[in-house]
Amino acid sequence: MSKVEAIRSFAELEDLHGVLVERRQGERPRISVCTGTGCVACGATKVVETFKKILDEKGLSDSVELKSTGCHGFCEMGPLVTLGPSGYFYPSVRPGDVQKIIERTVLEGEIVEELLYKDPQTGEKVEHEAEVPFYKHQQRIILAENGHLDPNDLEDFIAIGGYKALAHTLGSMSPDEVVDSVTRSGLAGRGGAGFLTGRKWDIARRQPGEPKYIVCNADEGDPGAYMDRSILEGNPHRVIEGMGIGAYAIGARQGFIYVRHEYPLAVERITKAIDDARSACLLGEEILGTGFSFDLKVVRGAGAFVCGEETALIASLEGHKGEPRQRPPFPAESGFQGKPTIINNVETWANVPHIINNGPDWYAAYGSKDSKGTKIFSLVGKVNNTGLVEVPMGTSIRSIVFDIGGGIPKGKAFKAVQTGGPAGGCLPAELLDLPIDFEALQEAGTIMGSGGLIVMDEDTCMVDVARYFTKFLEEESCGKCYSCRKGTQRMRELLDDICEGRGTMAHLDLLEELGQAVNTASMCGLGQNAATPMLSTLRYFRNEYIEHIKDHNCSAGVCTALIRYKILEDLCDGCAACAKVCPVEAITGEKDQLHVIDIEACVKCGTCLEVCAKDAVVVISGGGE
Amino acid sequence: MSYMNISLTINGLHVDVPEGTSILEAAQTYGINIPTLCHLDGLSSYGACRLCIVEIGPAENPKVVSSCTYRCEEGMEVRTHTKRILDTRKIILELMVCSTPGSKTIQDLASAHGVIQTRFRPENEDCILCGLCVRMCAEQMMAGAIAFAGRGPDRHITTPFDELSELCRHCGGCMHVCPACMYRCMGPKADTTLCSACLNLSPSCVEVYDQQQCWMPPSCGTCVRPEGNYLPATGLIIEEEKATE
Repeated sequence: MSKVEAIRSFAELEDLHGVLVERRQGERPRISVCTGTGCVACGATKVVETFKKILDEKGLSDSVELKSTGCHGFCEMGPLVTLGPSGYFYPSVRPGDVQKIIERTVLEGEIVEELLYKDPQTGEKVEHEAEVPFYKHQQRIILAENGHLDPNDLEDFIAIGGYKALAHTLGSMSPDEVVDSVTRSGLAGRGGAGFLTGRKWDIARRQPGEPKYIVCNADEGDPGAYMDRSILEGNPHRVIEGMGIGAYAIGARQGFIYVRHEYPLAVERITKAIDDARSACLLGEEILGTGFSFDLKVVRGAGAFVCGEETALIASLEGHKGEPRQRPPFPAESGFQGKPTIINNVETWANVPHIINNGPDWYAAYGSKDSKGTKIFSLVGKVNNTGLVEVPMGTSIRSIVFDIGGGIPKGKAFKAVQTGGPAGGCLPAELLDLPIDFEALQEAGTIMGSGGLIVMDEDTCMVDVARYFTKFLEEESCGKCYSCRKGTQRMRELLDDICEGRGTMAHLDLLEELGQAVNTASMCGLGQNAATPMLSTLRYFRNEYIEHIKDHNCSAGVCTALIRYKILEDLCDGCAACAKVCPVEAITGEKDQLHVIDIEACVKCGTCLEVCAKDAVVVISGGGE
Repeated sequence: MSYMNISLTINGLHVDVPEGTSILEAAQTYGINIPTLCHLDGLSSYGACRLCIVEIGPAENPKVVSSCTYRCEEGMEVRTHTKRILDTRKIILELMVCSTPGSKTIQDLASAHGVIQTRFRPENEDCILCGLCVRMCAEQMMAGAIAFAGRGPDRHITTPFDELSELCRHCGGCMHVCPACMYRCMGPKADTTLCSACLNLSPSCVEVYDQQQCWMPPSCGTCVRPEGNYLPATGLIIEEEKATE
């Protein structure tokens, strides 16, 4: 990894690209280890260190290339290792496997059978990454690059054709043509609202008033969603390139990347990428020797969920309290410091260079009639293959959850999927064939959001889910609109009542009435969807609410106030394992005799159920025995 | 070009207003009454109470906005009293009356909107966080001694670091504009939060209620009545004091 010197013309960029491609031909054996946040959590840092140590010991440090890349997406199976040039793919690599990989695959070119990915459905072993079902059904435009890149290495990015789109834009396109291309591609904002990116740019471009600003919204705060983070961590230069193109299109000279303080790795990598790009003359004064100048600054947000809303983000950027304001005027007309400002999400920016490189028609060929291109989803929850998934718009939920996600673990039944983050709605199994696009989701009573998909199985209580997300929104509401602040509090109180057995049928009517009012009266995207989790579960899982109210029964066994634990007489062998772990000593019984739970003392922690080898501990809810 | 250069319809009525007029101002000009608690002429619009919401756009696909913060646009259709809007206002008022039963202003508005039941657990908050005092302090008194702090359930109005602000001149402007603490309703008993007893009899109960109170935290320091001895801030009290003299 060497520092890229200043590139002062398009020809120099092309030359450098040529040199780098040539240098990478006839490649040395390459070991790529995913060091995205998911894999790091699974121990990827240790794996990289072990590789480095063993390569050093064997004197292979120069002849074998060791690369730490960004997120590949298959986070369930981390840390992921791919080997070049063979393309062999090993998931869940532990430091103990490293010796084997170097000795057998890197040096001998053999496959280490036992490390290969085994398809859980067919039991077949898969040699290459692209053949893994998780990847096979995806259409990866943005995420595909992550696996080939060292995010800290600008040369790597230039070698795959990076900054070509920016050079092309500056050299042979007028700002009008850029806006036109992006409009024709049908690219819509990936942050959730789905407004046509090109149209937004056009508004800002026509606005009088200088200077203009562009902002990258990386304030991703949905629980369980991490696609923006993975792009910033894995491919920061793509975002910078996209922003450069956007700045040229609307005539901005300054841009901001608003990223959460909780994403330290993303902050570190994007900051380094900006420094590298600046010293390579790809950012800053007179980019690539042209008269166009544009610079970027990283601004860290303090972690308020509502600051992902664009007007709140601008307020925070200006140093005010992160609080949304009425639109219009839209930020494209009057944004940061009252100047025209374009705010796009990380994923939107990362799409732009691809559209310039391949043309708008190429991009528009992906997706459904009304929603174009691909979208990254973060597939999490009760699903076999958790991770980041990039599919064309219009792909059915079934295909994402079952073909790519590999279905529900432990053979349990699918119950619901929540789309669009905490303010999104839950869809039932009947709607599994619903295509994911902006219109279809809205019709079904939920939202696209920034692309969270939380899968829930039969052990999930939908009333509890509604309560959880309502509580999240209550805490994250900025509190400006009375309807949102007080409304979320009251909805949560009503849901608490139902979960704790105090609910009446009147609660449901009131919830519905209140939910409609909250979504109607509140101002911003958070408030207007604050009741969506509750309303959608009430729409599709009303029976579960009624069960909680009338029978005091939580059939999923989640609402602690409505359940109790019992030891089955015929299964208990008196091993006393449960009695040993019970934190409140509520279980009594003689050795080898039936054990009994004292209902009064039991705190319903569920530990006894987990440790019982005979499955003799069961959850009982409602009037059931 | 005429000064009244924006034409729109409000409830089917054709109206002309100058550019920059808010929907609320336009409606008020033409005698259409839209309820609001957080708007006051002379202060900037904020849009916190959500009572002034109206429908705009085509009837089949309307958008709901707060009329105080939304500016009139050419050719705009505004509907201020549709069933959806009235139902929403009613439930917001129900929320308010359950949480702030001591405000006569809120009790009267709730009565006027036909709120006849209170289905939420009674609370006894005083501040509805409308922000009138914050804007009064900053924009009319040019002090800026108080502001919002915290988020969501923790949101409150206070002075910087909860200490007496040097900027505060004890003018009492904050209390003067407060919809919750200016007129107190003494009607609600412990078991009910809805008063509605003195509807349209205003300000009868304020006449019998002999003390003005503010419900800012004691540490706020902006109070015009230090140590519980209130200072004359309004005509009402001055008259009372004169009477005692």
